[in-house]
Amino acid sequence: MEKLSTQHLLGIKQLTKADIELIFSTADNFKEVINRPIKKVPSLRDITIANLFFENSTRTKLSFELAEKRLSADIINFSAAASSVTKGETLIDTVNNILAMKVDMVVIRHPNPGAHIFLSKHIDATIVNAGDGAHEHPTQALLDAFSMREQLSDLAGKKVVIVGDILHSRVALSNIFCLQKLGAKVMVCGPPTLLPKHIKSLGVEVSYKLDEALEWCDVAMMLRIQLERQGGDEKTDVKFFPSLREYHKLYGLTMDRLNRLKNIPLILHPGPINRGVEISSEVADSQHSIILNQVENGVAIRMAVLYLLASSNHKTS
Amino acid sequence: MKSKRIILDHTQLELTIKRLCYQLIETHNDFSESVIIGLQPRGILMAKRIHTALQKITGNENIPLGSLDTTFFRDDFRRRETPIIANKTQIDFIIEDKKVILIDDVLYTGRTIRAGLDAMLAYGRPDLVELLVLVDRRYSRHLPIEPNYVGTTIDSVSSERVEAKWEETDGVNEIILIENKK
Repeated sequence: MEKLSTQHLLGIKQLTKADIELIFSTADNFKEVINRPIKKVPSLRDITIANLFFENSTRTKLSFELAEKRLSADIINFSAAASSVTKGETLIDTVNNILAMKVDMVVIRHPNPGAHIFLSKHIDATIVNAGDGAHEHPTQALLDAFSMREQLSDLAGKKVVIVGDILHSRVALSNIFCLQKLGAKVMVCGPPTLLPKHIKSLGVEVSYKLDEALEWCDVAMMLRIQLERQGGDEKTDVKFFPSLREYHKLYGLTMDRLNRLKNIPLILHPGPINRGVEISSEVADSQHSIILNQVENGVAIRMAVLYLLASSNHKTS
Repeated sequence: MKSKRIILDHTQLELTIKRLCYQLIETHNDFSESVIIGLQPRGILMAKRIHTALQKITGNENIPLGSLDTTFFRDDFRRRETPIIANKTQIDFIIEDKKVILIDDVLYTGRTIRAGLDAMLAYGRPDLVELLVLVDRRYSRHLPIEPNYVGTTIDSVSSERVEAKWEETDGVNEIILIENKK
C-alpha cells in the first residue's frame, strides 16, 4: 500500500516523485468530491487543525480553510496582526500554547524561511508549510503542476518558463523542485536584478528576454512583482528596476506578444495578479489562462495533502 | 499454507446472477424509478454483470448504473498503517426519490455498506435503498445490516477470506474461499 514518505509537508524538496503522484491521484478523487451536490466528507472529523498565519494571505488561507471544512476537521484560525505576537511572545511559545488546546495539525505561514522546520523539530504535531518567506510554498507548486497535468496530461519533457520576480518568490523555488521531479524542463526569465545569482545551480535555464522564453515554452507561469518585499517606503516604490511601466514593457505578458507566437503556451499565475504589470487584463481573462482552474484545484490538492498526512500519522492507542 | 475451495464456479455464478435479476424485476418492474450503484473497488464488477444481464432480460437499455467509492467515509481511517487509496465515484444521475439498488460482492462486517450509505447521501435522499450481495458471510456482522438479495450464503471464520474473481480482472469467473492454515 502506498503512503507518503514524510510526516510533515515542509517543502517540495523533501517529497519524492511517488509522493507527488500519490497526492495528485488523491486530489483527482477530491476534485470529484467538491463537485458533488454535498461537498463534504467526514474523513478528518476527529482532527483539529490550527491555521497560523504570521503573514497576510487571502487565497491560501481561504483555500486551506475550505479544504479543512470539506474534510470535516475542526479548525482554529490565528493571524499574527491580532494576537499576542505583537506583545512580544516567541514563535514556539505561541505554538505551544495553541497545541495545549489539543491540536493535531498546524498549517503555518511565516515571513521567516525555515520557521516551519524549526517548529517540526520542537513540537508534536503534523506541520504543513503554507509559505515561509522567500523559501518554499509547496501546496502552490503542487496545485500548479496538478493544473498543468490536467491540461497537458503528462509533464515529462514539457517546457515551463517562470517569469518575473524569482528573487523574492517562494512559488518559483517550489515550482522548480516540483516540475523537475516530474520530468519537466524549467527556465526562469526576468530582469537580472530579480534573478538570484546562483539560480543556474538548480539546473534551470536562464533567459533575460521574454519573447525568446515564450517561443521556447509549453507553459508560461507569470509571477507577481512583490512590491512589499522591495524594501521601499511607499507601496509603489521599486528598487530592482526603473519603473513598473518599463517592467510591463519588457516583461509584461500582452496579447500582442502572444499573437506573435507560433504556439501560444498555457498561462498560469499564482495570484494575486497585478493587472497591467506582469500580465495584461486581456491575457489574464483569455482562454489561454487557467488562473481560475488553479484556484479550484488548490482546494482539492490541499484536501489530498491533509488527508494523506493525517492518515499516515495514525492513532496508536 | 493456504487452501482454496470454490463456492461458485462459472456456471453456478451465471445461474445465480440470472436468479438475482429475476428477483430484482419482481420488485422493480420496468426500473423506471430505480438506479443501480456498485461499490468500489470490487462491487462495481458485480454491478456491471447484473446491469448487463438486466438489460438483456428486460430489453431496457436505460437503467442507470453508477459507481460509488466509500474511502473518505470509512470508520477505520487513521486506524491503519497506510492510507486507503480512493477509487473513482461516478454517479451521473439524480438519486433523489429513486429506488437505489446498492451492490457489493461480499458482505462481511457491514462496515463498507455503512460507509456506502453515508457516501450515497451526498447525492440526494433516495426513496428506498436495497442491498444486493453476491456472497453473504453469515454471523460475522459488526453492524445491524442485512441484504435484501443474496447470491449465496456461507458460514466462515475470520481467518478465511472470500474472493470474487471476474473474467475482466482475474481471467476467470468464480467465487472462492481461501483458508490460511497454520
